[in-house]
Amino acid sequence: MSTVSPPATAPAPIPARRSGFGGYLLAEWTKIRSVRSTVWTLIIFVVVSLGLTTLFTWLTLNALNNGKGGQGASSIVTDPVNFILGTGLGLGQLAICVLGALVITSEYSSGAIRASLLAVPRRYPVILAKGLVFAALVIVVGEIVAFLSFFIGAALVNGHVVTLRGHVAGHAVSVHHTITVSLSQPGVLQAVVGSGLYLTVLGLFALAIGGLIRHTAGAITAVIGMVLVIFPLAGLLPSSWGAHVHAYLPTIAGQLITQDKPTADQLLSAWQGFGVFCAWTVLLLAAAIFLLQKRDA
Amino acid sequence: MIEAQDLTKRYGDKLAVDHLSFKVEPGRVTGFLGPNGAGKSTTMRLVLGLDRPNTGSATINGRPYAELAHPLRTVGALLEAKAMHPGRSARNHLLFLAQTQGLPRRRVDEVLDLVGLREVAGQRVRGYSLGMSQRVGIAAAMLGNPSVLLLDEPVNGLDPEGILWIRNLMKHLASEQRTIFVSSHLMNEMAVTADHLIVIGKGKLIADCTTQEFIERSSEKSVLVRSPDADGLADLIAAEGGKAIPQEPAGGRAAALSVTGLDAPRIGEIAAANRIVLHELTPRLASLEEAFIELTAGSVEYGGDTPAAAQEPAASATSTGSSQ
Repeated sequence: MSTVSPPATAPAPIPARRSGFGGYLLAEWTKIRSVRSTVWTLIIFVVVSLGLTTLFTWLTLNALNNGKGGQGASSIVTDPVNFILGTGLGLGQLAICVLGALVITSEYSSGAIRASLLAVPRRYPVILAKGLVFAALVIVVGEIVAFLSFFIGAALVNGHVVTLRGHVAGHAVSVHHTITVSLSQPGVLQAVVGSGLYLTVLGLFALAIGGLIRHTAGAITAVIGMVLVIFPLAGLLPSSWGAHVHAYLPTIAGQLITQDKPTADQLLSAWQGFGVFCAWTVLLLAAAIFLLQKRDA
Repeated sequence: MIEAQDLTKRYGDKLAVDHLSFKVEPGRVTGFLGPNGAGKSTTMRLVLGLDRPNTGSATINGRPYAELAHPLRTVGALLEAKAMHPGRSARNHLLFLAQTQGLPRRRVDEVLDLVGLREVAGQRVRGYSLGMSQRVGIAAAMLGNPSVLLLDEPVNGLDPEGILWIRNLMKHLASEQRTIFVSSHLMNEMAVTADHLIVIGKGKLIADCTTQEFIERSSEKSVLVRSPDADGLADLIAAEGGKAIPQEPAGGRAAALSVTGLDAPRIGEIAAANRIVLHELTPRLASLEEAFIELTAGSVEYGGDTPAAAQEPAASATSTGSSQ
């Protein structure tokens, strides 16, 4: 394996194109697709999202049929679109968090970051190219999964008749209600498309955290801790300033766009919320770039 | 051509590189020598713009690394061998690097052929031996056919065949008027590879000269004399102004002296004139390793208490001689 014939000529430039940002984009795409962990995490995202949407919707409808109605059972009646998009994708989003952090922290843990920065010594284009390629990947996969989730859920709930029993003026009454969802209902298309958009920005949010923390386990723990625990818990803050803080937290604001019906106490509109989430993400990406320029690699 | 001007790098209160200035000229292999922790890798990282210096600057062909538009077409670098994603194949690692530089895809296969890894290039690097990883690193360094190469401990993990291969590759590349800057803590390796040496210890420049000058300048030559009448000979040598140090007696053989200050012919003449029988008369040139240890004695960062360092050179002196 060492019968080697080094180049016989003096160092002459290889016929090469001028390469700018396009080359960096191409390189980042090669990086993402050539590592199994990326591909597997995406597969897990698709399977978990679609599988759990199907399972939860089916189980909840069954519970309704048997007269057992918990909170989940009532929300499938009052806001079926939110139920469908919230269950599977609610857990599937964790895979996107992992992936976003991983695409950057894996370079640090393996040392590949030094190869990347030797090739692009201005450094910041690495994060820009990585972010763009990753966002393009997540938006495509995310939208496909969001639409598939919706169609699967819709197929399960549509035409399902629920009987609501109650007492009116001392008389027992029962009302029959047929669940119907379709993309043409107000706010539904926005919620489905918005789910894909939310996942995309969430992925970039995780990527920015990964760029700041630079350790895989730390970054994943931080992102998932924020999304699942810290931000939702902030809803328990007292008084109206607490409600404002909660409303402007990244994923709390960002998730508004995934809901077809605004709630009564909502402080931000769907698109305002999405804008707030984008602003947070841009801020964190800028911080990640600032530190990348400054720190020793 | 690599130029470092007054480079200083501090990590916390530890000074890794201390006002270091040097030039690396094209057309020869320049060895970068120093004990472990001397600051060799840090210096290379400063030159390559990976770490930011506290003071000073470094240029490659007159420009800072960060200002090169397609840096890999000018500079190839091998830093630590395993600086690759373990789940990625060697071919894809090289491919993404090529894409950042606008290099054609066939260049990846060319450098894979150069390092002899074409057959296994599709496998993930996780399964590679250290030697194979080194070869991928060298392939990456050669990707843009650069005129300047920085190699940090390139023979690490290579088998003897691989060491010979890289030694010849470096000499060949230098003969093409490229700038070759190669670090090592293995003195014998540098003795047979490098034309010029830059020696540092504790981040400071100790020597910047040709390999030959380095050996001659920094070490006394000695002569090993073995004789049944070593004591008598020692007195005569002392009378002639030489210095004879008795050596550890080896089983069953005549006592030996290590003589400095007189050369072998003169010692032979003294012995003949006084009718003293000689069993051995061997001129010993100090090895690069001895010269190095002598020079860096005060600047070893992680020195132990054992006298091993003092004994080792004697054994390695012969191996240097035979491999030359």
